[in-house]
Order: sequence, then structure tokens, then C-alpha cells
Amino acid sequence: MNHPLAEGFFRMEKLPHIWCPGCGHGIIMASIARAIDKLGLDKDKVCIVSGIGCSSRAPGYMDFNTLHTTHGRALAFATGVKLANPELEVIVIAGDGDLSAIGGNHLIHAARRNIGLTTICFNNNIYGMTGGQYSPTTPTSEKGTTAPYGNIDKPFDITQLAIGAGATYAAKTTAYHVPQMDKLMEAAIAHKGFSLVEAISICPTYYGRKNKKGSAVDMMNFLKDSFIDHKVAEKLPPEKKEGKFLIGEFLNKVEPEYTEQYDKIIAQLKK
Amino acid sequence: MADSKENLTIHINEAWCKGCGICIAFCPKKVLGFNENGKVTMLDRENCIKCGMCQMRCPDFAIFLGGKE
Repeated sequence: MNHPLAEGFFRMEKLPHIWCPGCGHGIIMASIARAIDKLGLDKDKVCIVSGIGCSSRAPGYMDFNTLHTTHGRALAFATGVKLANPELEVIVIAGDGDLSAIGGNHLIHAARRNIGLTTICFNNNIYGMTGGQYSPTTPTSEKGTTAPYGNIDKPFDITQLAIGAGATYAAKTTAYHVPQMDKLMEAAIAHKGFSLVEAISICPTYYGRKNKKGSAVDMMNFLKDSFIDHKVAEKLPPEKKEGKFLIGEFLNKVEPEYTEQYDKIIAQLKK
Repeated sequence: MADSKENLTIHINEAWCKGCGICIAFCPKKVLGFNENGKVTMLDRENCIKCGMCQMRCPDFAIFLGGKE
């Protein structure tokens, strides 16, 4: 007997995936497939696009139309796919470095245009594939191979970055909070316009070892204890919120979508 | 629901398990453990409540609820 989700939505011959033991990416990838299943989308009408990095290996395992592109440019390729074929449900999978450093400009402009793409950021706070260099989301004072004495940069909040740039849906969740993640994925995919879900992952091999975070289970417990839904946090006294990170749906609004506006121009000129 | 759960049981694909221990740690009934290969195994099938928490958090599709064979 096979795993029902794996059998229906993944390329069985490519599994097991090559992510490290305890890597949170598999949990997030499964959540995307569950959301697609729940929404009842036609598999042939879904296109998954990625760049380069650990997370960007996901489309290799997922049994949909898939496109594995160059570093940071997943959103640029996805913009092309969406404009050429607006009825496709285009989902971009990107790591924190891929999305906010190498592809930072693509992110802000895709958000600004409010083009109907769903971006899922697998944020593990490090460049895992290349051995643990610090990324734009590595917290200040944490270590990477390129920050052996501690990172002096201030980290990006990718969710807030997307909101600032003009996204119309933005949410943050973690690999521990799976029921919440499933709901947010579903809402993001169903959303018309640019949507982003930042899923905090765990990297026990590089980020974890370098920063003495313990095992995969210890890192999952950190997610469990340190992240709370912002709507729950509103009702908590300040001392209970101290040192906690906020997750949940931060923005969900309706604005004109790019490919629809583009089609309107075409229709207008044809008259 | 009770009826449908009756027919379900936990399946383990040991070949795909990487032994991270996430399912074992977050099982609310603590019915899972490691075997001699460092992979997940069912220790106490009787007390498993078939909640699916292990399936939900397994990064490797190695443990899941499915029909009894």
C-alpha cells in the first residue's frame, strides 16, 4: 500500500526525496499538494515553477506541469507562463535566499503588479544546498559558514516585504503548524492576484548544527513554542507575547489582477 | 467517523523513513518508537487513536493511515 497523497500528486519513481533527515521542506511540499487536492484543481491546469536551492527541488517530485528555472528567476518565468496562459494556476516555490536575495527584484515587482501567482517561500533561514551560507533571513548574530562570528545583518521579514511591495494576500506559517498551513495554502492558491505564503521550515543539517539548535525534533519544538497566530496574540497580555513571532493571515484584499488588466487592453485595441 | 477509523491502520514505509523522529515526538499517544535500524516502528498499535498527526508532520511520506490489508 502506498501513501495516498504521494501516489496521487507526486512522481513516485522520484521518491524518497533527497532532503536531509528532519528537513521541514517535505512537510510544506505535502501541504501544497493537500491544498490543491482540497480545491479540486485539475492537475493539468496547475503549473509549479521554482528557481534554485533545496526548496526548488520540490517541482521535481510533484506530478503537475513543472518548471525548474534559474536562480532567483522563478517569478520571472512564472510571469511569462501566467501571461501566456492565464487560466493556469501558477504556483512558485522558492527558498528564502532565492526569493529575497537573488530574486528580490522579481519578488517586489511581481507583488507590485498584483499578477495572479501564488508564491510559497520555504524559509529555512540559510542557503542549505551550498553548505550553509547566511541568507537575508538569517537572524542577527546567528552563524553561517560565511558568518563564522555571527551575522551582523538585519533579517528581512519576507511577508512584510511582499505586503510593502503591493501583494494582495500575505501569510506566514511554520512547518509545525500544519493545519494552519493547509488553510493558508488553500486561501493563497484560491486568491486572485499576487499571494505569498512564507512557510518557516527547519534545516537541522546546516542552520541547526551551525547554531547548536539541536535535533529536528528540538527545532520543531522551537517552532511550536515560539510562533503564535497574530489574532490569538492580540488577546494575550504583553508578557506572554514576549519573544514570540507572529504567524497567520496578514493581508487579504481585492485589487485588479494583472493578466485581467492586460486582457482588457487587448480587447480595447481590437475594437 | 468511528466506523471509517475502524478500517484504518498505520502503515510504515521503512525504506522512505530517514529516522528524524518527528512523528515519534509529536504522537499524542506515544505509540511510536525507533526500531533497531533507527527507523520508525509501531510499538503499541492498540493505543493508537489514528489521529494522523504522524502522517501530517512526516516530511518523507513514510508513515500514513490507510486501509487494513
